[in-house]
Amino acid sequence: MAEGNGVLIIGESAGDELSLASQEILAAGRKVADDLGQELAIAVFGDAVDTVAQTAIAQGADRVYAVTSPMLAEFQVELNLVAAETLCRETNPAIVLVARTNQGREVAPRLAFRLGVGLAQDCLEVTVDTSTGKLLANRPVYGGNAVAVISCNQTPQVAAVRPKVYVPLEPDATRQGEVVSFPVDLDESMVRSRVIEVVKEEAEGVKLEDASIVVSGGRGLGGPEPFSKLEELARLLGGAVGASRAAVDSGWVPASYQVGLTGKTITPDLYITIAISGASQHMAGCSGSKAIVAINKDVEANIFKEARYGVVGDWETVLASMTETVRELVQE
Amino acid sequence: MPAKIAVLAKQVIDPEMPMAAFQIDANAKRVVTPPNIPPVVNGFDENAVEAALQIKDSQEVSVTVISSGSSFALDVMKKPLSMGADELVLLQDDAFDNSVDSFQTAQLLASAIRKLGGFDLIICGRQASDWDNAQVPLGVAEMLGLSCVALGKKVELKDDRVVVERLIPDGYEIVEAALPALVTVSNELGQPRYPTLRGIMAATRKRPTIWSASDLEIDGGEMEPRLTLHDLFVPVSSAECEIIEGDDEADAGRKLALRLREEKFF
Repeated sequence: MAEGNGVLIIGESAGDELSLASQEILAAGRKVADDLGQELAIAVFGDAVDTVAQTAIAQGADRVYAVTSPMLAEFQVELNLVAAETLCRETNPAIVLVARTNQGREVAPRLAFRLGVGLAQDCLEVTVDTSTGKLLANRPVYGGNAVAVISCNQTPQVAAVRPKVYVPLEPDATRQGEVVSFPVDLDESMVRSRVIEVVKEEAEGVKLEDASIVVSGGRGLGGPEPFSKLEELARLLGGAVGASRAAVDSGWVPASYQVGLTGKTITPDLYITIAISGASQHMAGCSGSKAIVAINKDVEANIFKEARYGVVGDWETVLASMTETVRELVQE
Repeated sequence: MPAKIAVLAKQVIDPEMPMAAFQIDANAKRVVTPPNIPPVVNGFDENAVEAALQIKDSQEVSVTVISSGSSFALDVMKKPLSMGADELVLLQDDAFDNSVDSFQTAQLLASAIRKLGGFDLIICGRQASDWDNAQVPLGVAEMLGLSCVALGKKVELKDDRVVVERLIPDGYEIVEAALPALVTVSNELGQPRYPTLRGIMAATRKRPTIWSASDLEIDGGEMEPRLTLHDLFVPVSSAECEIIEGDDEADAGRKLALRLREEKFF
């Protein structure tokens, strides 16, 4: 594709609203577009896009492509891809940004491959080299043990940005932008996969991703039973329970509990780790926490290098007295 | 005819190696291959081998493992054979860098899959533990026009379709896709089986097919790099940990709660 102009975000709706991840990536895209002196557009898919479009403009978009088709009412990956590819080919953006959500982690690579270009995957930061127009992406590699700075060689330059890294801009209702209707032709033959059933496996109470306090357990707990003690502390604090991959792999808790590179990315105010060693693979999912607490018997464990508060000791003893004290404090 | 299954597997630096052995050559912008630590088959790719073998346990299928790289430790790459896979195809050439540019790696693998006559089902690990790109499988699916289901924790082959339990943030969904299809799997699939003694013996006798760049026809002609690597470095952690001590461990736990209250975390 030729040179290209502007920044295009592949947006996502959550019900009738613009998803939080899309709001975040608008903040990232606004900065990139300003540095380039170009327009920021966002594609929203589906039929009822009015409120979504207004939110997008108030939070930084200059233009909203309302990509419509009767077949886009619900997300279906192949249809979404055809629609996104058609839009990219017709509007020829210089840069395409996708939030690396559950949908985005599949859409971004497949879209880039369809366009014949590279993808900067799982970026923690995207900046512009204004002299070259290149998008420079920082991304963790080797399980977070190293960071690579990469750029794309062709146009459009496509980047998948990790959620919860950027903070949405304050909505400004006076911002002006245009909504452009972009109907696409889709048909049933493009659908190659179908969801037959959805099975929810999440714990009751506060969602792990939304909790302001998370209590997480790791391999050192030694079995599934101790998680009830973590739940007790989490309940007292109004928080949620998470786990390391080791605990999930051992079958102690369902996969939906996993925090880390291949699990959930969380950014609570307080992240309390119980018997977690703090491998970079785990830290990749929680390093955005405001404060990390480590309870671990091994003073050499990596978690103490990442934590703000730590107790070196047997988790069972420390957690029991900590929980009792918290109970007294919240009952006061 | 029995169904043909391929597993795409990558040889990686052992991610469980001690952190002290993890070093970067800043000039070459590469992670230094640790001298005394043997490489391994990428963990998620072993899950992919397991997924293929679970299908093979109950129906007549052939399982071919395909890998691309600049050099291989043959005994390491033969592990899937000793677990029960039938064949091993290695795409080996100094030019097959296999790190930054997922696009090129996908081109190579797609070309080899075409040369092998295609497969009904291709199973891959969700991502490699070195570059964590999670792109090559999806690229192969796109280049070959296959159905694609990412992040499976259970894979079943049923006549003309594949049924996958696919991980979503709050549980899983059951997805059906038409064959030929590509599925990526995650560690939630379960522990890969151990090689049996008989499997190890059989693997010793098997010789892999080895193809270099000249054996492969790349779609669209040249291999054009899609990405440029500018820098590779180890991030520094700036956190300073306040170790809370007490008369004993129970007292330390109590003081920790008080400290967190003082800082108004709850």
